[in-house]
Amino acid sequence: MRITCPICGPRDRREFYYQGAAVAIERPAPDAGAEVWDDYLHNRDNPAGETRDLWYHESGCAAWIVVTRDTNTHEVMGAELADDAKAERP
Amino acid sequence: MRFSGWRVLREGLTGNRGWRPHWRDAAPKSEYDVVIIGGGGHGLATAYYLAKNHGIANVAVLEKGYLGGGNVGRNTTIVRANYMMPGNSEFYSHSLRLWEGLEADLNYNVMHSQRGQIVLFHSDGQRDAGARRGNAMINQGDDAELLSRADLRRMVPYLDYDNARFPIYGGLLQRRAGTARHDAVAWGYARGASERGVDIIQNCEVTGIDTKGGAVTGVQTTRGAIRARKVAIIVAGRSSQVAAMAGMRLPIESHILQAFVTEGLKPCIDHVISFGMGHFYISQSDKGGLVFGGDLDMYASYAARGNLPMVEHVMEAGMTLMPMIGKARVLRSWGGIMDMTPDGSPIIDRTHIEGLYLDAGWCYGGFKAVPGSGFSMAHLVATDRHHPPAARYRLDRFRTGRGLMDEEGTGSQHNLH
Repeated sequence: MRITCPICGPRDRREFYYQGAAVAIERPAPDAGAEVWDDYLHNRDNPAGETRDLWYHESGCAAWIVVTRDTNTHEVMGAELADDAKAERP
Repeated sequence: MRFSGWRVLREGLTGNRGWRPHWRDAAPKSEYDVVIIGGGGHGLATAYYLAKNHGIANVAVLEKGYLGGGNVGRNTTIVRANYMMPGNSEFYSHSLRLWEGLEADLNYNVMHSQRGQIVLFHSDGQRDAGARRGNAMINQGDDAELLSRADLRRMVPYLDYDNARFPIYGGLLQRRAGTARHDAVAWGYARGASERGVDIIQNCEVTGIDTKGGAVTGVQTTRGAIRARKVAIIVAGRSSQVAAMAGMRLPIESHILQAFVTEGLKPCIDHVISFGMGHFYISQSDKGGLVFGGDLDMYASYAARGNLPMVEHVMEAGMTLMPMIGKARVLRSWGGIMDMTPDGSPIIDRTHIEGLYLDAGWCYGGFKAVPGSGFSMAHLVATDRHHPPAARYRLDRFRTGRGLMDEEGTGSQHNLH
């Protein structure tokens, strides 16, 4: 599996650390309530198919990126900086 | 059809013409008392114990593929009870005791082999941790022995004891641990359940879960609608997809775990050996192949096959631990899909829908849990009460923070187990 870092270009998967589902960029407000926080911390869509997850380019430019992948085939469809992904949120 | 030495002899002398299929390949009826989604080890064991322990035999096991084609056929066949946390400790202890009576109970040879499992340690600190774990295992009623380096060397002389990075200081041995033939476990439970009247329905994928007024009423499948008073989701590896049909989001992320087998060799590895520091564990199958596995690939996946970096890591770990393995040729590799929970421990619980039950989140511990999970899940489905050995496997523990079972002590968070 190769991931195209928006800054460094296509790189081996070993350069990246996997954080988990990209929900991490949708952190709720501190006073959002226990239910919202439980959902954010623990529950996952966990899709079989297209997914978006958060990776850290540990052995590269140290950028946090949101990768769009297919969990059935390991195809990597795209990646963008987590900052940009966050800015695009409605 | 009962199996016995006499029966094998008689069939051998009469051309093996008397063997019959081990279970009925049933067609779905329109209604059951209990529908079990998932014909893997856990689903079949649940059906068996529902019929045997609770007299509930009007049960269907719905399997989307073929019986034993999921994770029960994709593991490394290890059976052990060396957990430490309250919750896991009593559950796996119970499961191991069920394993010990399983062949007689099922009248089926699951090739359960209590060859012993050795967990290696490489420092004084790890020896202390091993002693503590061993004491916890003895306290839970199981066996554990702390082996010195000299003891271990007599038992398994072929390890690299003087490795510069991971010198071997000894090991924690559980003699009652071992392996079993994974397919036979699925077949044995299927046969036992089928004999008691359970319908095992293959090639029947559940496409929807029907509810009315907050209670389950049945399932939609590729072979028509089936009504049921109770429905049990037992599909570890696919739990999120099936639970989503009931509007649930689970605390589960699916990961890939790879395993490997070499060509058949003469007997050389007599135990299960776990090299935790290399994320490597190995045993030898009765056919002669060295069966070994590593750590998760560490990204969400349903591909049932992994990537090359983990293949390389596992081979390196094997060479580090036992250089002799370099002469063996790898025959096959495969991947299982793991339901990973935040704390690395499973779930056996009711859901917010009346009559809908969940058995999920087995992380990488599902195979050895098959008898215990089936026994406890059947108890829950039949009586609506938690079975004591599995009473801590609550779905709400992540929300409340009470009763988390973080066996590795790394924290209750996805990606840490």
